[in-house]
Amino acid sequence: MNAQIAGETQDALLGLRMNAQIARARVTPAVKTKVQIRNLSMTFSSDGKNVEVLEDLNLDIHEGEFVCLLGPSGCGKSTLLNIVGGFIPPSRGEVDIDGEVVRGPDARRIFVFQERGVFPWLTVEGNIGFGLFNLSRQEKARRIAHYVKLVGLQGFEQAYPQELSGGMKQRVEVARALAVNPDVLYLDEPFGALDSITRLIMRGELLRIWEAEKKTILFVTHDIEESVQLADRVVVMSARPARIRRIVDIDIDHPRDISSRRYLELRDSIFSEIGLAHKV
Amino acid sequence: MGKSMTTSRKRWELILFPLGATLLLLFVWHYAVRVSHTTIFPSPLEVLRGMGELSSRGLLWSYMRDSLLRVAVGYAVAVCLGVPAGIALGWYPRLATAVNPVIQMLRPISPLAWMPLAVIWFGVSEVAPTFLILLAAFFPVVVSTMNGVRNLPLMYLNAGRNFGLSAAALFRRVIFPAVLPHILTGLRIALGIAWLVMVAAEMIAVDSGLGYLIIDARNAGKRYDLVVAGMVLIGVIGLCLDLLVRRTEKLKSVRWGFRAE
Repeated sequence: MNAQIAGETQDALLGLRMNAQIARARVTPAVKTKVQIRNLSMTFSSDGKNVEVLEDLNLDIHEGEFVCLLGPSGCGKSTLLNIVGGFIPPSRGEVDIDGEVVRGPDARRIFVFQERGVFPWLTVEGNIGFGLFNLSRQEKARRIAHYVKLVGLQGFEQAYPQELSGGMKQRVEVARALAVNPDVLYLDEPFGALDSITRLIMRGELLRIWEAEKKTILFVTHDIEESVQLADRVVVMSARPARIRRIVDIDIDHPRDISSRRYLELRDSIFSEIGLAHKV
Repeated sequence: MGKSMTTSRKRWELILFPLGATLLLLFVWHYAVRVSHTTIFPSPLEVLRGMGELSSRGLLWSYMRDSLLRVAVGYAVAVCLGVPAGIALGWYPRLATAVNPVIQMLRPISPLAWMPLAVIWFGVSEVAPTFLILLAAFFPVVVSTMNGVRNLPLMYLNAGRNFGLSAAALFRRVIFPAVLPHILTGLRIALGIAWLVMVAAEMIAVDSGLGYLIIDARNAGKRYDLVVAGMVLIGVIGLCLDLLVRRTEKLKSVRWGFRAE
């Protein structure tokens, strides 16, 4: 019975994946691979013991795609994001971006932490303009104004982070990242510290920005609902050592109806994949 | 409206309460001297008269100026040496491993214990007391700065590196501002200690300043009114210095690093 359902889901997924690819192909003629994770493993050693965190991961992410890395807390998905971001070198394997091996952080690919990554000694304007040191004064001011507006922080340009709410700080950090016009955004549980209402609003904002700015987004979360609401594809990871259990195509157009049958189907299939009965 | 009322009442309280307590203390002091018929310990009025006498002899301002100048020079040198040293020690853990035991051993030695050596090295001159003030202020600055750099959140560094900053820019735009609140805490502690040590340092080797005033007033004629006048001046100036340093902590670019009071 389970196998039958799984089979059906598989078929349905296949069909919809093709649809989704056709749909994507209409928008962008050629699907280009942006990020390539190849045979990636990570071992940390602590107290003389080796802890395997990531085990032989392979994943391709297309240009302009929104991918969620979903897994239980402590499974190593943040480690993976830090490796992809160039902050930690992997033990084995490599990450290629645009065909080049990642050897360190790069201003073309910006990492967004939880709102704690905002610099408290700079104003909203100072934070958003932080990466714009190579631009002329006018161009810098123009960009800052543009992104202040994009994230809805008009009137708070001169405010310091300690005067802002968590959601506003998160917007500042997203704007700071976008202002340098990166190709790729890495988001590490960016909305984890926000209250549930602000979190919902921020998801909508992120999708709006993603659609307007056409970035490739790699988004780490442990929240199943969040991943199904946001991503083109959800990469479901196992507990440590993290492996990719399954990749789920979310073939629903934005804005997504989160009570639609398809949404619930996809969500529940991920719940059962992780081994959780969807009951409280 | 309710809010503005409470804030204005608070402002009154901030002035009136300390003023009342000070007046009460002066009152108690005055009557304690009266009742006990002491001839050694001066009353508040005698202290005030003593200050007037110092002022008319032209000593009040010159002593204050000399003391402040010595503290300023010693403190400034300590800060100029201590902040870079603290940053280096915080940034290079191996250096800290090597040097920290020495620092921790020198730190509990009172600067006053260096007095004989200071006199041998620098003789009876301006340099000896300034050197002691420098020593006193140096260690708090080094230790606070070092701890600040050590506890620098990795996230700030990574964010800075992510935007492609050069090493120099990373230091100027991320590391230094992130550590500044720690440095300011060290500076405030150091200034307080420098001012404390000044009094003892001026009791040797020099013939001016508030510390000298105290020892001189006692030795030359047991003028306890002048002794207490010197003490009061030291306290008031110390308070003003602390208030001045605390103002820097109110700046918005560093206020995040201090707990709300």
